[in-house]
Amino acid sequence: MRYGEIGFDLEVDLSRGSIDRVDTDPNDTKLYLGGLGTNAKIMWDRVPPETEPFSEDNLLIFSTGLLCGTAAPGCNRTIVTTISPQTKLVAYSMMGGFWAPELKYAGYDKLIIRGKSEDLVYLWISNDKVEIRDASHLKGMGATETSEAIRKELDDPDIQVAAIGLAGENRVFYASIEQGRSSASRGGIGAVMGDKGLKAVAVRGTKDINIADPAKYMELCNDVLKYIKWREDHPIKGVPPILQGLGSPQEMAIVDEEWHTTNFTWGNSRTRRKDFWTHEIEQKWKETQENVRTRLISCHNCPMKCGATISVPGLPTYMMKCYSKLTYTMAAYSDLDFGFKIAQKATEYGLDGFSAPQAMAFGLELLEAGILTKDDFPGMPDDNEGRFFWLIEKIVRREGIGDYLADGTYWAARRIGKGAEKYDHNTIKKHEQLPLKLGMLNPVYYLMYSTGEKINITQIEGQFPQEPFATRELREEFVKDWIQVPDEKFKKYYVDWEPRGEMSNPYYPTVEASCEIVDWMEKMHYIDDSLGMCAGLSSFPLKPPYHIHNYPDFITAATGIKMDKDELWQAATRTRTLMRALNVRRGMRRADDKPPEDHWRKRFPDLEKQLLDQYYKLKGFNDQGIPTKESLVQLELGYVAEEFEEKGIYVNG
Amino acid sequence: MAKVKKIVKSITIDADKCNGCKACEVICSSWHATPRYSSNNPARSRIRIVRLPLKDIYLPVYAGEYTEAECTGRDKYIIDGKEYNECDFCRASCPSRALFHEPDSGLPLKCDMCEETPALEKPKCVEWCLAEALIYVEKEEEVEENEQPKLGDVEIGIGAMIDKYGLQQVLDTVARMAKP
Repeated sequence: MRYGEIGFDLEVDLSRGSIDRVDTDPNDTKLYLGGLGTNAKIMWDRVPPETEPFSEDNLLIFSTGLLCGTAAPGCNRTIVTTISPQTKLVAYSMMGGFWAPELKYAGYDKLIIRGKSEDLVYLWISNDKVEIRDASHLKGMGATETSEAIRKELDDPDIQVAAIGLAGENRVFYASIEQGRSSASRGGIGAVMGDKGLKAVAVRGTKDINIADPAKYMELCNDVLKYIKWREDHPIKGVPPILQGLGSPQEMAIVDEEWHTTNFTWGNSRTRRKDFWTHEIEQKWKETQENVRTRLISCHNCPMKCGATISVPGLPTYMMKCYSKLTYTMAAYSDLDFGFKIAQKATEYGLDGFSAPQAMAFGLELLEAGILTKDDFPGMPDDNEGRFFWLIEKIVRREGIGDYLADGTYWAARRIGKGAEKYDHNTIKKHEQLPLKLGMLNPVYYLMYSTGEKINITQIEGQFPQEPFATRELREEFVKDWIQVPDEKFKKYYVDWEPRGEMSNPYYPTVEASCEIVDWMEKMHYIDDSLGMCAGLSSFPLKPPYHIHNYPDFITAATGIKMDKDELWQAATRTRTLMRALNVRRGMRRADDKPPEDHWRKRFPDLEKQLLDQYYKLKGFNDQGIPTKESLVQLELGYVAEEFEEKGIYVNG
Repeated sequence: MAKVKKIVKSITIDADKCNGCKACEVICSSWHATPRYSSNNPARSRIRIVRLPLKDIYLPVYAGEYTEAECTGRDKYIIDGKEYNECDFCRASCPSRALFHEPDSGLPLKCDMCEETPALEKPKCVEWCLAEALIYVEKEEEVEENEQPKLGDVEIGIGAMIDKYGLQQVLDTVARMAKP
């Protein structure tokens, strides 16, 4: 018997209509844990580098994490992995909610989709019974609508559904997969699902997940729960409200948006409005939010309440979390009321809340600049909000200008030409980023933006504060109960870090320290993504309940696999390196490892080169960002080195 | 008949505070696993949340008595504009629904308030509900002496089997299975 995990994957070939239950190799669990780690291994073994995103050979993997569905609080993430139509690299978007635990209760660690169905279908997984069902009646339906329709059709309200909307069906490059209160949005994985002709996956499971050392495991879970409670009562002082507690930023609970609205940029990531937040705005937005928010809601087995049910009068109810209430608001220079209204449409259509508003604002900038003309926007209203509502309809249907914008700013700019390229200024590796433009280069963030395989800062950052507290005394106070650090040296890095002067950005933290800080933060995300743990209780917030010191015990107690801190660190390094190798095999090199050019006003080319060199060195990559043979062999990834040699990747760079 | 004092345990449910995380279901099924905490499966839980997020319905219900026949209750309740079925509030393990039956055997499940020696401070689901939607209440009540002894899990289970298959078939089956 396998513990913690199930030991079976569900393989569905939509071209052939075949369904198989396949047992997995326990040795892969030891090496790659599960979730993202084992997804990466499958992608390496089965998706050759020449595979196009929209081809039968591209896999779409829905994975649970190693500890998903066990009693570990907050362990509920679904890790979806495929080749992105937008970046052409590996995308691994994730979602919370209830889907992954349900898949595990149904008796599978992963659902692996290959091939394409000619007609629109949905998949119904009920324990051992799995069916490919006709979805022609769901065509064009919203993602939430689809989920409700399927629950009704199958007559069970406890079925968990992951579905795409019109954007996914029409292969919009930033289409999401929606699942009630959660979504896997980044990288355009919803477009791959649409390309496969798969409208939804419905799951219901009533089987057991077994635990190797039950008493020990429950002791660990209880400790975490106690700590969460304690941490709720002890918010971190001196940081903005959304960074004080646990969970993903508490956007649904908190109405104080001074930090986002004054620090983040408006429009096509252009304007900072430092005077935006006033008492009047605060009152108005508070009223707006409290009027539409019915209830704060949680994901599976998590005491945090990061999501909310939103009922805007006159619109269908939907669920929201985190930051999407502001991305449309700020892209359109509008207000929160508009944000909640358009997010309802975006959720049903299944669109990524970062990319979609930027693509729309980008289109409107091109119109203002005369690169596009009024004729490209026939019938578009004149008001800001009206223009966004008009654009969203065009994009999800790929009509007219919408067909261009549906590919995201990078591809749209190149297709439009006429100088449009320079308006695509906020992408990394062809993928839209947080709307944020700052002054002084931060060395830690420089590395995270440049090198992160997720190509999304919120999935790399965390743990280490974004800024130093004003005084040394405050910093010393902060590190006193900082038990999460993997090594005491990180406390020193933080205490010595000053807001101004010699010991401040960009030269402090030093190149070495910056690399080590990034390494730590990145590792925690890789562990979370393999275990299925929500970053909101681990790698993202300050002083989280899960960390490198208690994770090994969790893994050992759940699975029976002996694991200590060093072995876990090594497993995370292995997955991080394999993810890099996958993208290297698809052509990614050093030249791609860079932030948006205008992310910081003050740039330091020499320092940036040193940072990247040192980071690569620490990671065991060569100066092109390619994992070296030595590091691969040491990580038991010799098969990667062999293929690199065979393909001449080391020689040709 | 003489009256005696007895502690009656119950859970008050503040449904307005529930946010549907199912932690109660997870910990209940873990606690009742054999050996304790050795598996987890909310379908075996003795507390379940009637959870319809788009209708804003979050209603934790914990398992009560087993009943062999379904009742006639088909009424609807509208509370604060939300429509509930009569069944949503019902704690019975009954033949009309899958709720509160073991998923494999179909045997009934009943909440035992996590009774054990020494006694827990409160049932596990209450302890794990940080939203405080579940509130444990102990009341002292006077009851008749010579109350019928409380049935254990096995007795409830066998009772259900007898109802379903008849006493003779259960006896025959047990006798056959007991043979070495």
